[in-house]
Amino acid sequence: MENNDQLIIAGHKFSSRFILGSGKFSLDLVKAAVESAGAEIVTLALRRANTKTEYNILDFIPKTVTLLPNTSGARTAEEAVRIARLSRELGCGDFVKIEVIKDTKFLLPDNYETIKATEILAKEGFVVMPYMYPDLNAARDLANAGAATIMPLAAPIGSNLGLLTKHFIKIIIDEIKLPVIVDAGIGSPSQACEIMQEGAAAVMVNTAIATAKNINEMAEAFKLAIIAGRKAYLAGLGRVLNFKAEASSPLIDFLEDK
Amino acid sequence: MKVNGKEVVIKQSQTIYEYLKDNNYNLERIVIELNGKIVSKDKYNTVNLKDTDVMEVLTFVGGG
Repeated sequence: MENNDQLIIAGHKFSSRFILGSGKFSLDLVKAAVESAGAEIVTLALRRANTKTEYNILDFIPKTVTLLPNTSGARTAEEAVRIARLSRELGCGDFVKIEVIKDTKFLLPDNYETIKATEILAKEGFVVMPYMYPDLNAARDLANAGAATIMPLAAPIGSNLGLLTKHFIKIIIDEIKLPVIVDAGIGSPSQACEIMQEGAAAVMVNTAIATAKNINEMAEAFKLAIIAGRKAYLAGLGRVLNFKAEASSPLIDFLEDK
Repeated sequence: MKVNGKEVVIKQSQTIYEYLKDNNYNLERIVIELNGKIVSKDKYNTVNLKDTDVMEVLTFVGGG
């Protein structure tokens, strides 16, 4: 299935629908996690460099992986644009995950500033993947501003609370033609599977894996759940009956027939 | 001058390249912003630092 069913982001093709966040891992665990996840896209952050640092996270990410720098730390569109440009200068491609957050308590994204940053960066040739609060109007504005994907949150960052916004994500999936990648808050493989069944194009996970007891096993569990959810979506879920039943086995040709 | 938010003393007419080498930065893994503007790698050798400069030396770290 993987060969025929690809995730396409601004013309770039991916077999995996699992985007892995690289935060909260110790560096020596990153490589194995990427491999266990089968991830082809990995997010990174830009921060001040230390001198005499022996290792860099790029040394632990396979070269075939597409890097997706985020603009974490940005509180305004202007700061997000600055971070995106600096990240591109590091020579790792044009992808950028826009993240603009003023709210320090719940870390909820500022959709208005995110739209502004998206418009500027899309014009500069970036593949813009904005992280957003799942609001259909904002999603439309992001699409019009040149976003390559829409990345609605499932729950507050790092919370592992799951699909709190499921209904609103589903509205965006149904109404917006761009790939919808669910980012933030997904805490378990079953939740990833559930939103993939609803037609999400991909899922991004970081904390659920980084805080699991066994990181590699959890990365693989998410990988399998995302594949399962995608297959179920393509297969088309069976219908639901409310307040009645329908036997799965024939009710004739035995005891009931005299 | 200021580097990554800290006051540092630089040598007379030191280039960006010399400063980064003296301080053991991994040139392959960093990006430089000088006074709010990105400096491309091919300019490290030609730009001299001044006492009033503000420089950011940035790199990728883990993030979600």
